[in-house]
This record gives sequence, C-alpha cells and structure tokens, in this order.
Amino acid sequence: MTDPLLRVEHLRTYFHSPAGIARAVDDVSFSIGRGETVGVVGESGCGKSVTALSLLRLIQAPGRIEAGSHIWFEGRDLLTLGAEDIRQVRGNRIAMIFQEPMTALNPVFTVGDQIAEVARVHDGASRKAAWERAVEMLALVGIPSPRERASNYPHQMSGGMRQRVLIAMALVMNPALLIADEPTTALDVTIQAQILELLAKVQQAFGTAILLITHDLGVVAETASRVVVMYGGQVVEEAPVRTLFADPGHPYTKGLMQAMPRVGMNRERLTTIPGSVPPPTAWPTGCRFRDRCGFAWPRCEAEAPALVPISAGHAARCHLAEVDRPPEAAPANAARST
Amino acid sequence: MTAPDARALLEVRDLRTHFVQSQGLFGRRTAVVRAVDGVSFDVFPGETLGIVGESGCGKTTLGRTILRLVEPTSGSIRFDGTDLLALKGSGLRAMRRHLQIIFQDPFSSLNPRLTIGATIKEGLTVHRLAEGSAADTRVRQLLDEVGLRPEYASRYPHEFSGGQRQRVGIARALAVEPRLIVCDEPVSALDVSVQAQVINLLQDLQRDRGLTYIFIAHDLSVVEHMATRVAVMYLGRIVELATGDDLYREPVMPYTQALLSAVPVPDPTRARGRIVLRGDVPSPADPPSGCVFHPRCHHPSRDAACERLVPPLEEKGRDGETAVGHGDTGAGIVHLAACIKQSPTSVSAAAQQAAGGTHAAIRYLPTAALGIRSES
Repeated sequence: MTDPLLRVEHLRTYFHSPAGIARAVDDVSFSIGRGETVGVVGESGCGKSVTALSLLRLIQAPGRIEAGSHIWFEGRDLLTLGAEDIRQVRGNRIAMIFQEPMTALNPVFTVGDQIAEVARVHDGASRKAAWERAVEMLALVGIPSPRERASNYPHQMSGGMRQRVLIAMALVMNPALLIADEPTTALDVTIQAQILELLAKVQQAFGTAILLITHDLGVVAETASRVVVMYGGQVVEEAPVRTLFADPGHPYTKGLMQAMPRVGMNRERLTTIPGSVPPPTAWPTGCRFRDRCGFAWPRCEAEAPALVPISAGHAARCHLAEVDRPPEAAPANAARST
Repeated sequence: MTAPDARALLEVRDLRTHFVQSQGLFGRRTAVVRAVDGVSFDVFPGETLGIVGESGCGKTTLGRTILRLVEPTSGSIRFDGTDLLALKGSGLRAMRRHLQIIFQDPFSSLNPRLTIGATIKEGLTVHRLAEGSAADTRVRQLLDEVGLRPEYASRYPHEFSGGQRQRVGIARALAVEPRLIVCDEPVSALDVSVQAQVINLLQDLQRDRGLTYIFIAHDLSVVEHMATRVAVMYLGRIVELATGDDLYREPVMPYTQALLSAVPVPDPTRARGRIVLRGDVPSPADPPSGCVFHPRCHHPSRDAACERLVPPLEEKGRDGETAVGHGDTGAGIVHLAACIKQSPTSVSAAAQQAAGGTHAAIRYLPTAALGIRSES
C-alpha cells in the first residue's frame, strides 16, 4: 500500500482526571486504503470508539490527543489543522455515523432539514437546492416516498429508517472516508442486513472507504477486507479478514472466536475468556491481556510484546507470535490452567 | 431432551395480552396494541424453550405475562396443573416461588440501595425459606454457585461489572429454588467473552438443578446454543415452533427463513445469499390482515389468499415425510409453522381460491435460508 487514504501513527488519546490517567487509546497505528473496508473489533473499553472520535478530533476535555500522535489523511496531518480546516474535513471528506440512530438526530428538525443543512454548510447550496439534495439522498438510501418522508421528524421513523437518514446525511458531500461506529448494533437482525447491504452498495457506487467499528465478528467477516483487533487501548492483531478467521495469531482473538456461539455450531460448551477487561487507568504491566490469557508465561509480565509480523499484512502483539509457532505449541512451562 | 410422554410443566393456551394506548392531544383516541395475540405452547420439565423475534414481536410481554407481571387479556396459563390466572394474593405469591425471571439489564434490575446480599436474601425471607444466620449462609452459598466470592454479599451493585451483576440476578432468581426461570435477554447487554461465561453458568445450573428455562432472545446464535425447542414470534404470534435442530436446518416459515439468512456468519469463506426483507415490522396496533407477515413476504406463491386467511400454526414436517418419526419434542409436536403457501397445509386449494388465491402451496426452501447449519 503505497499511498493509503488514512494513516494513523502512534495515536494516543488519554483522559486526565484526579483518579489517574485513562490511557484509552495507547499508541495505535493502522491505515485504510481508498475504497477499502477496514473493521475495528473489540469489546467495551478496548478503545475502538475513542479511536474513531480521535480521527475527527471530537475528543473533549478531560480527554486529549497526546503529542507524537499523527493522523495522515489526503496528505495532511489532521492533528495540525486549525479549527476551520478540521471543520472542512468533517462531514466533507470524512463523515461519521453513530450507533444510536435515536439520539444522533435532532428531534425538533425534520430529517430533510437536517440532511439539507449539510449541503448548505459545506457546499453553500441554496435552501431549495439543498432540500432537493436531501430528497435525492433519501431516495439513494432506499427510503420509500422520499419527498414526503423528508418532511418527517425523527420520531416518525423506525430505527432502521433513522439509520438510513444518518447514512444519507453522511454521504451528502461524497466523503472519501466513512467512519461507522457500531452502525447496526441497535438494530434488529433483518434491519441490520438491510443497512449492511446499503453500505456495501454505497461503497461500490462511490468508492467510499469505510472504517467499521464493531464488537460483532460476524458483521466484520461479512463486510471488511481487513481487520484490526483492539484490546486494552492497543492494536493486538491486524490481518486480512480471511487470514484472521483462518489463523488468528493472538490468544485474545482466538478466545473471542471460541467464546461466540454461532448458528450451525452444536450445543457444545463455550470456551470462555476468564475475568474481564481491566480499567484503562490501570492496564497490567507487560502484556495487557496476560491476566486473562491461558498461555501467559513470565516474559509476558516482564516485557510488553511488540506487534510481531506473522505473514503479509498479518501481525499480532504476542511473544508467542515471535516464537514462530502457534499458541497450542507453546512451551510446556508457559501453559497455565484457566 | 424430554421423554415423549412427559407432562408439560407449563401449558399456555390462546394467550392474549393487549394494551390500550391513548393517542392524540388529550388521549381521547385509543389504539389497542396486540403485544401477544393468541399464543399457545407447552414447556416440558428440564427443557429450554427458546423464544426469538425482533423488537416489538411480543416476546418480552409474553415472558412477563407468564409470570403475571403483566395481566393477560384472555387465554389460560397452567403451571404443573394449576391455573395461574385463577390465583390471587397469597396463593399467587406462593406460586411465584416456582417461577422466576432473569432480566436483560443488570444495571437497572438490581436495587442500588440494597447490598447484593440483601437483594438475594429478600426472596428467602418473603417465602420463609431461611432466616437469620441460615439465610446468610444460603446467600454465601448462592454467590459461590454463580461464581462470585461469598464476601461480596456486603457490596452494592455499582461495585460490580455487567457480567457480575448478571450473576447476582441469577443468584437472586435461584434463591427461592424455582422450577421455571424466564430468562429475558440475559446476555444481550454483555460483551462476547463475558456472555460466554454467563451462558455456561446457565447451562451448568440447569444440568445440576434440573431447571426449566424459557429463554427469550433476539440473538439467534445464542438461542440455538441454549434451546431444545425454539418458537419464532412475529407481531404477537408464534409463526414457527420446532426443535432447534429442525428449525435451523430447515426453516419453513418465510419470516424465519429471512431471519436466519440475515444472521452474519463469522466465516469470511462462506459466501451465501441473503433474503433481505422489504420495509419494517408493521405496528402491533394495526397488524396486517390475514397472515401478519404477508406485506414483507418473499414466498413465490404469496397471493391474495395470504391477505385474507389467517394461517393456522400447523404441522409441516419434512417434505414427503410423515409427522411421526423424527424430532423428540415430547408433545408429538414436530415442526409447526404458520403459512398456507408452504405444503403440507390444512387450508385446501379450494378455500384458498375462494379467498382470491391464484397460486398453489409448494415447498419453498430458498438456499439462502438453508445450509446455515452445516451437517457435521
């Protein structure tokens, strides 16, 4: 990848409070190519949503993006831009859709007004042209009778339709990158299928790159071409989607896959990851996953593992990846009963 | 699995729970929301009956109606031969010992002002199962059984994570030694790794104590994992009911087919088709006529008869097979579904034609809905 659309380098977003420093995102690097879909996977508290918000510089005090972080996008470091310049990027070149289609829309304006506002702010479109644009966008995202629906208020629409409205709003300016933070988590499975289909269609039609943030490995498997797995504010694994599912390199990724009941699997006992995610104010020393890992050995406490390359485009933050053998074949003294 | 001659622990017949909703500025207009609209099923001792469906299908209301946390409009519920709807006051309270519920949200279902020990002990006291130090000992035992440290009894809910709170909710339900537990989305608020811990706990408890579960969830993978039999609900009705094996292998009702095909599969090498449904679920205050699913149905024989005839929940079996001979559901129930266009059907071609039908019933099993469960 010679010229990625977005390149995040050493991103650190910390929240400073009297109780301590929450290192929510702690030295995260990854990139997205033009027109590519990259999935960011992880559980609550892994830093995936804070990463997304950091890309658009939507972090509020006491949160702060620390010095030494870089977000390269279309040749510029977004972290060096002034307030007006970053506003030009937001909604124009990079757009975002959120998990909660109920709260992301303003309840006192019609959905048409809210979509039209994007065209007026970013494009200087006239009131009438902007409204026409809104109707056009609603039709594009598959809302039936878009002209009438444009005059609806959010509460008059279902969750699935509101998510379509948010996607319409995000696409008004034909952004190069769409950040989707758990876009289908609040939706039922049949509506989720509609929205994922819509995102795929949009990507094909406009070549939009998508950063899809989700906790659902099924959604990732079906939509992303590359996956970044986060744990404890760090990237713990990165791989092309097929490689990740065929040959997960990090014990956490493997654990997540085994912990998930899947349709078609028989009712065998689920393998669990013991314990829960530690708080971001107190990540364990060394490997942040070692307390919950069945393969932890003394080195995991003594030394923080680096992201070790395994194969083309595949890397895992685990000492065992370095040993060049799968975790099953870990040294006998390394295994720990769970 | 249950022996075929086992007696049902819970028998629900033609249950309806309707809510009257005020509309308009002064609440003068009213609408009747048919949350549960004519539901019948049995639950057998020791089994897990899964109930799946999307938001607004009535699954939560059904669970609450069974416990009489919501009063039904009509129908009957018998628990171990006792008519639950005839019970009042102390009789009802005594019966509640046998029927417990685990709620979805471990954050709002625990009283923040009570220690978790006090929350668990409440049931013991109300039902006079243990008092004083015996009750405290019991609480510690229960905490241990659900995988929490006994000394946590003196802590408050805010000191616990979501997964731990859900364990407290389970201990609270177990305290009174119930026979049936309604689990209402017990793991949907939890992260994957924690969800697996709670699922395993529920299965261990069932095995050790012979518990019977009604497991309500929107996640089809979790339900398949937990349930012996599965009921699919849509707009207040059961539209398909079968063993988990049969339902996931060969879904008959077109709604179930779409629902199953929509589940994202965590396997990027398995490209498969998807039945994407048109539009949204209609309002339960104004359900469509005939088959409630007809406006969104993808069945190739869908016609005017679907708009006029209410499909009975009837035996569908496997193609060319008789009802007897497979499945092990304990009630002679094999594979029920509500669709007059899926053969076999008791709604005759003549009756369908009289209702404006132009297409014959066929066996329609789109590939996108099959092969979800691999025969391994």
